[in-house]
Amino acid sequence: MADIAAVRPASRMSFGGWPQLALWGCLALALIIAPQVFSSSAAVSLLSQLGTLVIFCLSYNMLLGEGGMYSFGHAAYSGLGAYFAIHAMNMAAHGKFYIPVWLIPLVGGIAGMVFGILFGYLTTRKAGTAFAMITLGVVELVHASSEMFPGFFGGEGGVETNRNYGSGFFGMTFGPQIRVYYLIVAWLLLSAIAMYALTRTPLGRIMNAVRDNAERAQFVGYDPKTVRFFILVLSAFFAGISGGLQAINMELITSESVSSLRSGDAMIFTFIGGAQAFFGPIIGVLIGGFLSFKLSDYTQAWQLYLGIFFILIVMYAPTGVSGILLSNWRVIRAGLFGRVAWRWSAVVCAGAMIALAGAVLIELSYGFVFGSEKGAVVNYVRALDKNIQGVVWGAAIVVLVGGIFLLRRLLPPFKDAWNDVSSRAHLMKSGDRA
Amino acid sequence: MSAYALELRGVNKSFGALNIIRGVDLMVPTGERFAIIGPNGAGKTTLFNLISGAFGLTSGDILLNGQSIRGMRPFEINRRGLSRSFQITNIFHRLSVFENLRCAVLWSLGYRYSFWHRLNALRDVRERAETIMEQTGLASRRDVIAGVLPYAEQRALEIGITLAGGAEVILLDEPTAGMSRSESDAAVELIRRITVGKTLLMVEHDMGVVFGLADKIAVVVYGQVLACDTPEKVRANRKVQEAYLGVSAEEAVAT
Repeated sequence: MADIAAVRPASRMSFGGWPQLALWGCLALALIIAPQVFSSSAAVSLLSQLGTLVIFCLSYNMLLGEGGMYSFGHAAYSGLGAYFAIHAMNMAAHGKFYIPVWLIPLVGGIAGMVFGILFGYLTTRKAGTAFAMITLGVVELVHASSEMFPGFFGGEGGVETNRNYGSGFFGMTFGPQIRVYYLIVAWLLLSAIAMYALTRTPLGRIMNAVRDNAERAQFVGYDPKTVRFFILVLSAFFAGISGGLQAINMELITSESVSSLRSGDAMIFTFIGGAQAFFGPIIGVLIGGFLSFKLSDYTQAWQLYLGIFFILIVMYAPTGVSGILLSNWRVIRAGLFGRVAWRWSAVVCAGAMIALAGAVLIELSYGFVFGSEKGAVVNYVRALDKNIQGVVWGAAIVVLVGGIFLLRRLLPPFKDAWNDVSSRAHLMKSGDRA
Repeated sequence: MSAYALELRGVNKSFGALNIIRGVDLMVPTGERFAIIGPNGAGKTTLFNLISGAFGLTSGDILLNGQSIRGMRPFEINRRGLSRSFQITNIFHRLSVFENLRCAVLWSLGYRYSFWHRLNALRDVRERAETIMEQTGLASRRDVIAGVLPYAEQRALEIGITLAGGAEVILLDEPTAGMSRSESDAAVELIRRITVGKTLLMVEHDMGVVFGLADKIAVVVYGQVLACDTPEKVRANRKVQEAYLGVSAEEAVAT
């Protein structure tokens, strides 16, 4: 499974070698150090949640990024994996059989894979829009059966468990959240390396071929349906692992975890991070997780911000945040950034003006309509004099309009200049793909 | 092994009421180079689609090395040693030139759907892909994304993908379409060199290419084979001159 050797530099590959090893090292180090920096219990449970989400989104990106398959039903596999994992935990706790907590994610993974084989047989016969529609049907089906079989799915309240059973990992039980976090990190690294290694196998490359041109893949000997089926089954396995970790982490699984809403999270986060780079979903989870878990403490409008951000990415940066970072990195490495630095800064400033003024206006409107229990900005404004409130509204509108005006003026010449330098950078070192 | 690499027996294909291919019989001996010529809409590409499994037959039978391939899907036919190129460039546009060729050789070298081999460690795959890259003159473009290659190089890659799997029967659909004279000459030279000992079936409009490369020419008009013979005899064939080459046949052929 985990072909760790694949991480090593590939001979004569244009991208590889130490930068990649360093990237993996940084990831591992960041994951290990993170709870030392953000040490509050709320932070550690947030980090744990993000960790399971990363595995979920990486597995989703096997479909989207590597295989070009738009799935709206990925939560079916993580969710069912989570349910099987939580039942396994309860059975183990009652002494029906023994399985240590740290191996529970594997139960989730196998359950995910079994359902991947079952549903994948149906869904992967089609590609494109038909595939997307069928996956949506599958997740709705699973969600509907969660109401029909309360014995297994636990009805409204879900299924509960207690992770503190057995003798733990060499005597370490998984009661404390921090140990659960490190268990998640271990599985995260293992899964991420395995998924990355998979992209560097014959099947991994043929996935890309089917993504690019399924017809041509047939004429070099491959059955696109079989390729799609294998991707889906493997991806469902890793989704199941994330579900198993979720069961350990939350000690509660409800029918929400097999919903199309959860499936949508995977798509939105992966898209925001960028499907074309392997590391894209990790960035996507960091941004999306921040917007949905952290921002919701400060504002009621967090879903609006997440939605706007997603739309902007889809419309203007379809390669996602990782794509933006990579193209900037290419230009900087080619030594061409100086040519566009001024225009780049101006565009970023105009964008920041719009974002800031827009946020102020949204917050004020939310406070105006819903009251101000959670609107931090609104509370600041409320403390101000009535006249000054008017000034804030006015200033925000002026800055917003000014920002839009500036951006409309600045964007076209910036785009030309940027396309020029990035295509130059591309020619200098073509064929990069992180 | 059958003396004929490819046999078409009474092949018919209709789309609704429209009969595109009407009773085609064609015998392609192993190791020969066949050109299929004919006016636009005669059914040449449809014939290729039938042979390669992209379309199903309405009636008749097609034999590859003496065995029927009727009703087989394209990848099954490909695994039996038939490979084709496309008139409209059909490559893996987001992969590099090298990766395109690697994808094209994987199945034939037996790696199938393997996720337990490390791709970069497969020397045979790399060497085969590199050989094809050399032969098609794309070695300097190794890491360029296929989608951004200039047209002529995409055509060369198209031929490279077709040949990389080592198939014994090669179908090329207008391999030199849209090329300049010098590019076309280079492509012909490439095809000649690379298909030695293989069976070649080629749709081509360029008469210079056809008469320079083909051992035999099959003339397809309105979904039927009007003549199938050596270039000299096809050149002299009255029916062909009238139906296809037109009145100025002598001049057209002379170029």
